[in-house]
Amino acid sequence: MPRPGFVLEVDKSTPPTLFWRGEGFSLEKLPADRSRVIYAPEPLPALDDIDGAIRHALLNPIDQDPLPTLLFPGMKLTIAFDDVSLPLPKMKRPDIRQRVIEAVLDLAAEAGVDDVHIIAALALHRRMHEFELRHAVGDRVYDAFAPRGMLYQHDAEDPTLLSYLGTTPQGEEVEINKRAADSDLLVYVNINLVAMDGGWKSTATGLASYRSLRHHHNPDTMQASRSFMDQHKSELHKSNWRMGKVMVDSGVKVFQIETTLNNDTFPSPFGFLSKREWEWSAKDRASFIGTKKALDRTPSRIARKIFHNIEAPHQMTSVQCGEVGAVHKITTEHVYKQQLVEVQGQTDILTMGIPYISPYNVHSILNPILVMCMGLGYYFNLYRGKPLVREGGVIIMTHPTPWEFHPVHHPSYIDFFEQVLSETTDPHVLSAKYEEKFANDEWYRHLYRTSYAYHGVHPFYMWYWGSHAMQHCGRIIIVGGEARSVRRLGFTPASTLNDALELASDVVGRSPTITHLHAPPIMIADVT
Amino acid sequence: MSRELRIERSLPKFAAAKVAGLLSPGRGSSYGPLSLVNADPLDLPADGWLTIKPRLAGICGSDLSTIDGNASRYFEPIVSFPFVPGHEVVADADIDGISHRVVLEPVLGCATRGINPMCASCTAGNLGNCERIAFGTIEPGLQSGFCCDTGGGWSQSMLAHVSQLHVLPADLSDEDAALIEPAACAIHAALRGAFTGGETVAVLGAGTLGLLTVAALRAFTPVENIIVAARYPHQVALAKKFGADNTCPTPELARLIRSFTGSMAYGNQLTGGVDAVIDCVGDSASLTQSLAITKPRGQVVVVGMPAKVSLELTTLWHRETSLVGAYAYGTETMHDGVQRRTFEMAIELASTAHLGRLLTATYPLNEYKDAIEHAANAGKRGAVKIAFDMRQVAK
Repeated sequence: MPRPGFVLEVDKSTPPTLFWRGEGFSLEKLPADRSRVIYAPEPLPALDDIDGAIRHALLNPIDQDPLPTLLFPGMKLTIAFDDVSLPLPKMKRPDIRQRVIEAVLDLAAEAGVDDVHIIAALALHRRMHEFELRHAVGDRVYDAFAPRGMLYQHDAEDPTLLSYLGTTPQGEEVEINKRAADSDLLVYVNINLVAMDGGWKSTATGLASYRSLRHHHNPDTMQASRSFMDQHKSELHKSNWRMGKVMVDSGVKVFQIETTLNNDTFPSPFGFLSKREWEWSAKDRASFIGTKKALDRTPSRIARKIFHNIEAPHQMTSVQCGEVGAVHKITTEHVYKQQLVEVQGQTDILTMGIPYISPYNVHSILNPILVMCMGLGYYFNLYRGKPLVREGGVIIMTHPTPWEFHPVHHPSYIDFFEQVLSETTDPHVLSAKYEEKFANDEWYRHLYRTSYAYHGVHPFYMWYWGSHAMQHCGRIIIVGGEARSVRRLGFTPASTLNDALELASDVVGRSPTITHLHAPPIMIADVT
Repeated sequence: MSRELRIERSLPKFAAAKVAGLLSPGRGSSYGPLSLVNADPLDLPADGWLTIKPRLAGICGSDLSTIDGNASRYFEPIVSFPFVPGHEVVADADIDGISHRVVLEPVLGCATRGINPMCASCTAGNLGNCERIAFGTIEPGLQSGFCCDTGGGWSQSMLAHVSQLHVLPADLSDEDAALIEPAACAIHAALRGAFTGGETVAVLGAGTLGLLTVAALRAFTPVENIIVAARYPHQVALAKKFGADNTCPTPELARLIRSFTGSMAYGNQLTGGVDAVIDCVGDSASLTQSLAITKPRGQVVVVGMPAKVSLELTTLWHRETSLVGAYAYGTETMHDGVQRRTFEMAIELASTAHLGRLLTATYPLNEYKDAIEHAANAGKRGAVKIAFDMRQVAK
């Protein structure tokens, strides 16, 4: 029986706490009697028969007819799937998307469907490399469909491949992938790692264009989403749902397949990363010391490669399909079951170790903008109820934050960092002044469409993710970061955690309460 | 007798200066051919010449390259030793019995050399292009400060031809006036672009010349956007005050221009780029970058004094880039066709743009080693222009 999440009150006997620092980590002693550490629940047990569960779900959908009854010869069937940003780290083969897609294809074949397109729903993310596509859908599917042009990636910048479906009552334009919109059935294959994934966000975001996305990926929506993980208080969620209704009203028929994974995040050599420090065995301690020493001597480029090659032992905990809203409701319950941790009250200082990976730097560099996004966009928003840190409080992150960018994956990030953040860090100001220019830059468009670059506007979206936290907090400090990078972000650099706590005292006084989010594994703090 | 800083022709000392300058910019002043000496008054070479008393005299990049032994050998036939450096000069002059504060226009053209008829360039008012620069009644010297017959501004006394002197307005400070000569160079460079309106221009380098070029572009041309590659925070601040729209460190310039102009790129080469680059650095790296960020059929104006450079010119050939030099000043043709004397415009700019704010520090002549090292490391020490102040008493 896995143990639930846990909030540890730090006392003098508490061992040092693990903090991620990119491709490395440190052990930090938190002040006794006013600090606490939040640990994620232990991994839920996996489904015994995953393929059986998938087939059962396809045959017994929620609020929709069984998939076989929706399939018929001569129909246009489109299968869209979540891109390389999920799950994190990538899961051991076979990826859950492969299992689901193969099951859907088996049913389609049985029904005599031969017009099948499989589309990576990458929205404005970078295109996936062939090895990433193969990892996600499996070699059998890739080899059968990709060479015939029937497995490809969504292109949000080709107007001939987009279909405008109308507007929501709030004036939000809905424009999605034309093949998906024109199909007799769109089957969406989702992996739900955090509560904001899935539902109508799969289609309204994953298969959309900039024209559509700008209506909810903006500072106003992000600041009003409290949090992204709480559907009832997320403007992002509401906007995607309104767009979903436009799709339904315009005749797009979606069969949503959502899966949840447990939080078994790291393979055994890195098992200590998921454990509570006072439960570390001698082997765990030896692993930590050995790994840390080795990483300290390893060039960051090589350390990055080592970490990005990690394949998580994630296992599927649920699969459900059918009508989008009904499916997502159950999915969210499964996510909450794995991730929710009850936390009493807010804190003056929230500390977080930023790991090497985010949804947007798989096989790439966690550049300074993504460091910000991980800390303020994702970790800050891992709450339901109230933010973990009180309004006016301080966030302390640990990460090296090098002034380093992947030139192929993140070209517009470089320009955003150099040209935009040097002028302003205010999300509203930079949105008004620069977003359109970056979004419509022909060079970025070319790189997004033909290379492996994130869309020109993507760094803005990353900045918007953090806009609520920036508005909410009195100071943001990064420990161990390259000072000029940290300052460019508008934050305060500190050499050590103790220095950071000293700097924070200007804002929160001399004896602040401190809470450390011991992630990954991912959790959601249910703050009362 | 007056005190002056003099450069002698001494190959060993130039060699020592070169080594010292390589170790630390400006150190050539300690080991090279520059020395502080007592000098007898110079003889007036001809009618029209008079003795002037320098008040302030700036230290220019060309002076520094001479002191550190880096000057191009191209200059050998057009300088005469020993000479007293200093061509950015504000001085007191007695003209027709009346005492004036003046600024020196140092180019030694036909009028100063007693050459009659004057060469075609001087006749056209393009003094900087004088075709008789090594001839006439005085020894070779492209400017005062490089000629053994005239002396130079780094002294308590020098000679000037009356045609070289511009009387200063009473309300213009010496400090503002000390920037007039480099401002004239910058104005000339800005107008070499022959801009007609709406252009985007990049300025490489934000030392004295770069900053003055920004001010000149904004004051006297109809260019629309000015982008400046600046290294230090004080340079960024000054560039913006003088009218730059965008600034960035040099390594970021190509990306900024790509983004600003909406260009595509292949490798380090933009497919488009700015209409013109004014290169105030003039080395291989800056010229290479200039060619890479200039749009097809655009132009690169070289105002920073180059020496030997290594350049890949395929891009110039392929993109039909114009590479033009910009030296000194004379008469300018404005975009509306009006012709004006560059120095007249520079005096105006010194006043309206308060150019004296670029004068960071002054030194008496006897502290010349400190002065030279300060000037040679101006950027990293938060400085722009360094000058000698002869209003102070030299020991």
